[in-house]
Amino acid sequence: MTITNGRIIPPGTDNKEPNPVPSRRPSGIGFGRWWWALPAVALTLVVTYMATAFGAFFAFTDWTGLGDFNFVGFDNFIQVLQDPTLVGSVRNTLFLAAGFVVFTNILGLLFALALNRTLKTRFVLRALIFMPVVLSSVAVSFVWKFIFAFDGPLNQFLEAVGLGNLKQDWLANPSLALWCILAVMVWQSIGFVMVIYLAGLATVPMELEEAAALDGAGMWRIFRSIVLPTIQPSVAIATVLTLIQGLSVFDQVLTLTGGGPADATQTLASQVYSQTFVYGAFGLGAAAALILTVFILILALIQQFIVRDRATNGD
Amino acid sequence: MHRYTKWSLAREILVVIAAIILLLPFWILISTSLKTTEEVLTSSAFAPPSAPTFDNFIQLLSPTGSQSGNVYQGLSSSLLITIGTVLVLIALSSAAAYVFARSTRKLSNNVFRIFLIAIVLPTQLGVLPLYIGARSLGLIGNPWGMIIIYTAMTMPLAVFIYSGFFRRLPRDYEEAATIDGASRFQIFSRVIFPLMSPATGTVAILAGLLVWNDFFTAVIFLNGSPYMTLPVVVYNYVGSLVSQWNLSFAVVLIAMAPVLAFYVFAQKKLMQGYAGGIKS
Repeated sequence: MTITNGRIIPPGTDNKEPNPVPSRRPSGIGFGRWWWALPAVALTLVVTYMATAFGAFFAFTDWTGLGDFNFVGFDNFIQVLQDPTLVGSVRNTLFLAAGFVVFTNILGLLFALALNRTLKTRFVLRALIFMPVVLSSVAVSFVWKFIFAFDGPLNQFLEAVGLGNLKQDWLANPSLALWCILAVMVWQSIGFVMVIYLAGLATVPMELEEAAALDGAGMWRIFRSIVLPTIQPSVAIATVLTLIQGLSVFDQVLTLTGGGPADATQTLASQVYSQTFVYGAFGLGAAAALILTVFILILALIQQFIVRDRATNGD
Repeated sequence: MHRYTKWSLAREILVVIAAIILLLPFWILISTSLKTTEEVLTSSAFAPPSAPTFDNFIQLLSPTGSQSGNVYQGLSSSLLITIGTVLVLIALSSAAAYVFARSTRKLSNNVFRIFLIAIVLPTQLGVLPLYIGARSLGLIGNPWGMIIIYTAMTMPLAVFIYSGFFRRLPRDYEEAATIDGASRFQIFSRVIFPLMSPATGTVAILAGLLVWNDFFTAVIFLNGSPYMTLPVVVYNYVGSLVSQWNLSFAVVLIAMAPVLAFYVFAQKKLMQGYAGGIKS
């Protein structure tokens, strides 16, 4: 037992001045037990972290998925950079991710602006435009596979409007197939980006817009000076989420082209799948996956810095 | 309500036209699935079926159909795996997030960070060792193995969403319940958890759709097994057909139907979940 400032403090309690303000956590109140978090933490550590760490480890080996393996240093990465198909898959992934970010954000923002307030049909249209987001991208991609087919709707439309000379098998054209995949990805995610921007637009004060309009500011001016600064957080979130989604594109590739024609539309994720589970080159597949992971982690870090900067600027 | 001016009417028409173009694939999907194979080849893809027929659906779903086994199996394993994952996920993630949100210790903040980082870790790298691990445990093609993997994959997002909600919940409820003599577990399960139903709804919707629609993990772990989920069944079945788009689209529609039906009732909650759940 100790005596401080004339007060008797029983052993086992903190040897501190009593708080003038009642403690934020009164003793004896049940706030759960720490071990309640254990299953969730263990599952995440094992299935996400340990597996990812092992995956990174295999990227430096020549394992085939069975039997022994040797360390090969950076050989797998060198092979990724030398194999034209694998270099192509890195290039395709970056192209799709960049295109996906640009087009979904522009179109999503346009629809959000159009469906924000005035239109009478806005609630129905929002629901309809968002609908593809919740559907399986495999199922959706098959619909588009038909649209792009030689006797499919796209060619029928082109013929009907007198552009019959453009008629072709879109997905079999190596220079167009990637654009087709991009179109399907964008089409399915416009609604997703739209709802993020709608949530942001709801925070734009209407009075401010009206006041600016009274002062003679045009639509573009109001958008640049009032709307865009207010929805900055939504822009950051939508950009990062679409970038990560675009980098790991897989379903649409496998469904629409299977990586073809002649590997022209392979992406990192589709290479991870085919190298590992089709050709049994575990090390090579892991190297492709590690490259993808590093891309995504760098982007997440950049986003963290942007968010932190904004927080310190008091925005 | 406000009246149309020339300008606002023009704008509304313009947006409606844009939306119709955007939704055209659904029209093609539905009308083609109701056509005969012959009509698909001869008619315009934009034209409605001249004599709508459900033959394609009957061929897929009737017990004697060659594919009906696969379709029903796909439906039932998708349901089993999705519901199983969502239930386990909600139980584990809500308890974990509650502990993190109410703890003032530094350690719990650091543990919480484990989940934050895991949100951005892509599945592609971890899936290879998981496959090896699952193979040696005999969990390939096993729905329970999938529930474990999917629960882990959706855990970071769920913990993130729950802790956002828990932090905003005042502690008065716990204090009152403690005075009434409730145990810690009773406080959580009877008082706190029911208050959290909006968060639970968001978690269930986001995780449920992620699992229901997942293709990458499902095709690796379940392809060729009796527990293939719907995306894998659709992928295999349509891949086996050569340009029989009416049949393909029937199976695509069957696979979409449960989510579409759900969407009709819960579209508002779904949109909020996507916009708010990911942000908060």
